[in-house]
Amino acid sequence: MSRFSAGDRVRIRVEQTLFHSRVPAYVRGRTGVIERVLPEFVIPEDDAWGRLWQGGRRETLYRVQLHQAETWSGYRGQPGDTHELEIFEHWLEPAKETP
Amino acid sequence: MTTSQHDMPTVHPSAADAEGGGEFEILETAVRELAIVHGYFSAADHRQWLEWMDAATPALGAKLVARAWVDPAYKERALANGTAAAQEIGINMYDRDPLVVMANTPQVHNLVVCTLCSCYPRPVLGLAPDWYKSPSYRRRAVRWPRALLAEFGTIIPPEVEIRVHDSNANMRYLVLPMRPEGTEGWTEDQLAKIVTRDCMIGVALPSAHSAPA
Repeated sequence: MSRFSAGDRVRIRVEQTLFHSRVPAYVRGRTGVIERVLPEFVIPEDDAWGRLWQGGRRETLYRVQLHQAETWSGYRGQPGDTHELEIFEHWLEPAKETP
Repeated sequence: MTTSQHDMPTVHPSAADAEGGGEFEILETAVRELAIVHGYFSAADHRQWLEWMDAATPALGAKLVARAWVDPAYKERALANGTAAAQEIGINMYDRDPLVVMANTPQVHNLVVCTLCSCYPRPVLGLAPDWYKSPSYRRRAVRWPRALLAEFGTIIPPEVEIRVHDSNANMRYLVLPMRPEGTEGWTEDQLAKIVTRDCMIGVALPSAHSAPA
């Protein structure tokens, strides 16, 4: 059962990683919205150690949409420009509402 | 006796080429031969994968786009499940990575990049062009997409949202461009000819005048 649904606001966690995570540094700590729930896959942290076919932990993958202007300081495009990427569930947490 | 860098024996690059390439190719050969010896796959399997990979070209993606332009029900299926829609028209989705089709609209222009490596929808587009794999494209597509698109001659109006798709993990992305003006009444085959690789990555837009002579 996936933890998040389309439309949920989520924050991409800031974690130390030793090796392979497929979470680009430029989105860590950023907040976005789940655009769609994708299938489950073996997480990269296990895939990297040869556990793709045997014993790798599987998790739901999510497509997360973010605003370019919030990701990059000094973004020179348009305010409505967005970007999306795929993030595994353990890298996401519910976004705290800003007061 | 003096020696200098100039006097040292060197391996001429063409000699390495004649032996089958550089260090990554040697590494690939070694790992492949080990995998075959240990029974992970056979030499015939490997040959067939190469043949599948080389057989895929952007003409396959163009067929999918042209079908979606003439058949709204097919377009809906393609947006819901790109892999199934590709298989429906006979495309061999040999690499098992699920395909997502992203439609351009009057409000949104989609652009695909893989910032972490060079993930690319090979079964529908063939092998990626060199520029797609370059660090320059990868870092700028996500950081300065409008300026990058302008270098390709593609100017997206300010009121249109640019949506950059980082193909950073398990899915693969194909852009479904908008059908251009001036193509009313065209057949599916005529339409497919103006759908180029670059249109399906999102760095260009199709035009009724872009068909090859």
